[in-house]
Amino acid sequence: MVSQVQVKNVYRNFGDVKAVDGVSIDIKKGEFFSLLGPSGCGKTTLLRLIAGFETPNFGEILIDGKSMKHVEPNLRPTNMVFQNYAIFPHLNVEENVAYGLRKKKLSKNEKLEMINKSLELVGLSGLNNRSSNALSGGQKQRVALARALILKPKVLLLDEPLSALDKKLREQMQSELRHLQRAVGITFVLVTHDQEEALTMSDKIAVMFDGKVEQIASPRELYEKPISQRVASFIGAMNFINGKVTKNDKKIIFETKIFGELGLSKKQISGKNQNGKLTLGIRPELISINPLKATSKELMLGTIKDISYFGETTYYKISCGKSNELLIVSSQNSFGQISYKVGEKVKFKIDTESVVGFFD
Amino acid sequence: MSRVSKYLKIFAYIYLIFLYAPALLLPIFSFNSSQIISFPLTGFTTYWFERLLYQETLHEAFKNSMIVAISSSILATTLGVLASRSSTRYNFTGKQISLTFILAPLVLPEIIVGVSLLTVLIQLGLSLNLWSVVLGHTLLIMPFSILIMNSAFNNLDISLEEASLDLGENQIGTFFRIILPLVFPGIMASLLIGFTLSLDEFIIAFFLTGTETTLPVYIWSLFRFPKELPTTMALGTLLLLVSLILLSLSEYFRRRSAFSKDSILN
Amino acid sequence: MKITFNNDTKKGWRLLSAPFIYSIFLLAAPLSLMFLLSFWTQDYLILDKTFTFNNYIEAFTQPVYQLLFSRSLTISLTVTFFTVLLAYPMAYYISFYGGERKALWLFLITIPFWTSYLLRMFLWKVILGYNGVFNSFFIWLQVIEEPMTFILYNTNAVIIALTHGWAPFAILPIFVSLEKIDRSLLEASKDLGDGPIQQFFRVILPLSAPGVVGAALIIFIPTVGDYITPKLVGGTEGLMIANMIQVQFSKANNAPLAAALSVSSLMIVAFISIVFVLINRKYLRRY
Repeated sequence: MVSQVQVKNVYRNFGDVKAVDGVSIDIKKGEFFSLLGPSGCGKTTLLRLIAGFETPNFGEILIDGKSMKHVEPNLRPTNMVFQNYAIFPHLNVEENVAYGLRKKKLSKNEKLEMINKSLELVGLSGLNNRSSNALSGGQKQRVALARALILKPKVLLLDEPLSALDKKLREQMQSELRHLQRAVGITFVLVTHDQEEALTMSDKIAVMFDGKVEQIASPRELYEKPISQRVASFIGAMNFINGKVTKNDKKIIFETKIFGELGLSKKQISGKNQNGKLTLGIRPELISINPLKATSKELMLGTIKDISYFGETTYYKISCGKSNELLIVSSQNSFGQISYKVGEKVKFKIDTESVVGFFD
Repeated sequence: MSRVSKYLKIFAYIYLIFLYAPALLLPIFSFNSSQIISFPLTGFTTYWFERLLYQETLHEAFKNSMIVAISSSILATTLGVLASRSSTRYNFTGKQISLTFILAPLVLPEIIVGVSLLTVLIQLGLSLNLWSVVLGHTLLIMPFSILIMNSAFNNLDISLEEASLDLGENQIGTFFRIILPLVFPGIMASLLIGFTLSLDEFIIAFFLTGTETTLPVYIWSLFRFPKELPTTMALGTLLLLVSLILLSLSEYFRRRSAFSKDSILN
Repeated sequence: MKITFNNDTKKGWRLLSAPFIYSIFLLAAPLSLMFLLSFWTQDYLILDKTFTFNNYIEAFTQPVYQLLFSRSLTISLTVTFFTVLLAYPMAYYISFYGGERKALWLFLITIPFWTSYLLRMFLWKVILGYNGVFNSFFIWLQVIEEPMTFILYNTNAVIIALTHGWAPFAILPIFVSLEKIDRSLLEASKDLGDGPIQQFFRVILPLSAPGVVGAALIIFIPTVGDYITPKLVGGTEGLMIANMIQVQFSKANNAPLAAALSVSSLMIVAFISIVFVLINRKYLRRY
């Protein structure tokens, strides 16, 4: 696949604050790429660097192979959807969408056709004359999208576009954005702190902490094979269990206080073995309670200490062995599934082939 | 605590009445037929107003005041827009100090400003005319313009400007298509307030004017003649009325300049 | 490798340059010149530029100027006191009971600010005069027989007129600081046992102190240098330092002395203001 946006070793500080601290990213053409991380990790700054609203202190940004050094935002082949939508309050919907067309030499009819197509694309047909003040949040967002897409940018940048919407609308917009991106084929770069959002929409995700990129991977890879504890705990829920490596051959034998010995293959582990200390990461759904198929060796004993009901899923907290730590286990509340009570003693099995380990 | 609130309410209304009461004397005695400003009232007349129509010097003074007021408000607003934009949008060394300096006329006694300006003009050998008054008035009005424009610019969401740039517009285009329309009410308010301030200003005009007087200076000269008191009252009534109208207009615009940001908040 | 771009500085100064230069030429330069002038001497129309402190010595030792300084300060401080005292309840009312009409109240309060100061002070001359509105009104009502003379052409008249004229200006700063008080603090104090009076003295008043200090300065500083009011209603007993400055500048042809008097007034006012702010600094900490 062809590279569209290349961020090469970019640094940006604000005084003492290192907002972007040596980031290199390669975004391919047509990709839905997300920048994911907690607030203050530098993802918005990075987006603004690509847009041209910030200039790197060091490093460079290339779009389609051309350096963007000294290129003003209005001359870049990018367009941005702002977090608060930035809809011009003194212009109506049509005027907002047509804003960037002013510079282009097109006839009135051509412009109108483009506007209507754009509005149709975002599901706002017919609202041409609506005043900006009369729009709901979701509608404003669509206007912002239409306004950006009508200019056919090479890259569309989205700065936490869904954060101000309520949950239902957000989920709806997530799938709409995904479809939209596939329909127009433009490279999308999205900034979000919501890992669920990133996982749902993206082809690739770059997870950032403190101005640096920790991992770039597809959603699945990020979820199943996080390269560090930080990434693992940011994406989805995870059980972390400390322990020591006792044997280090083809297979690694790992001993924990909770369930004694476990065998892992080296593929499952990231980091370097510095002192034999290892942290195991187990997703709640990789533990099954009272499984049908299991050998006695695989089964472990535990007591249910806490239950959290979430409609689709129930989360059980199980105590096991001598440790005080509780394992979080998720269970789908599907048809026929038994639900357990607090205090019940249960047997459970861990899918050891899918767990991940991190050397401390 | 409704007892306290009742007393406070009474206090507030009485305060307001006492605040405005003296001003009511203006229209009352403008229409009073007696030449002496005292009670009891003697009769109704429009004579004092009619007299205004024949005073040549008054018309001159009025014309001069118009010239000065229009010029100073435009000049002060222009400078105020620049200073305000600079202060609300950018952060740079020396900003605080230079702005405090520019706003200083708000707290300096006018006579000191007047005297020092006069000194400079005399030393430079420049003649005193309406333009010296314009210079002085602009200095006084500029801080007010800045305060009004600060509010207007602060209400202008910066992401609107960035969006404009992002969509392909350059700085100049952004200024005319986005910034100017959205701060326009603030500019109107500044012009109107500046005009009113200049129209009413006495001290600087008194010190810096040559043979061409402004309206307040003309009024001052009338004070010497007790016979002219009612005419002065009539003139004062008109001046007050004009100020009130301009102020209400200015307030209308000032409120509208706060509209842009509020409507973005959904 | 960190290169800091400071585009802001360039752009910021580019915009600020015009107004700033304007102020330099029309404020800084004249004030500096006046400062310089205060060290020279004027003989009729000729300026002697030899450096001397004589003007300042004269300003501070001559009884007539001392009297004017002290009178101006006394008047101004009295006016400040009464203005702020009357403004506080008004600001309180608008802030706590104004409801939806707060903006209207503020507008009504500030209208006088924008109208002709000259006219407003002139009205007091008319009101307080021997044959003026007050006297004629009360005589007409037969409340008094003879016109009152103690109300015009003295310091009382100046104080009354100034208090009335400047009253509204004290309201706004106090109002702003009252508005800033988090209403949940009042609920908390009530919850912890304070009655309304205690709440006022322990919570509201201290938290509104910055506004009160601001209001005091807004009234004090300009009124010391007022020219119009003493001239119109002060007679000979109520003249203030500004009137003397004007006389020295024009009729007496002693611009350097006028300059020295001006600079001295500024210094005295600045000194008192700073002392006042320092005394209250405990209450002025930003919350």
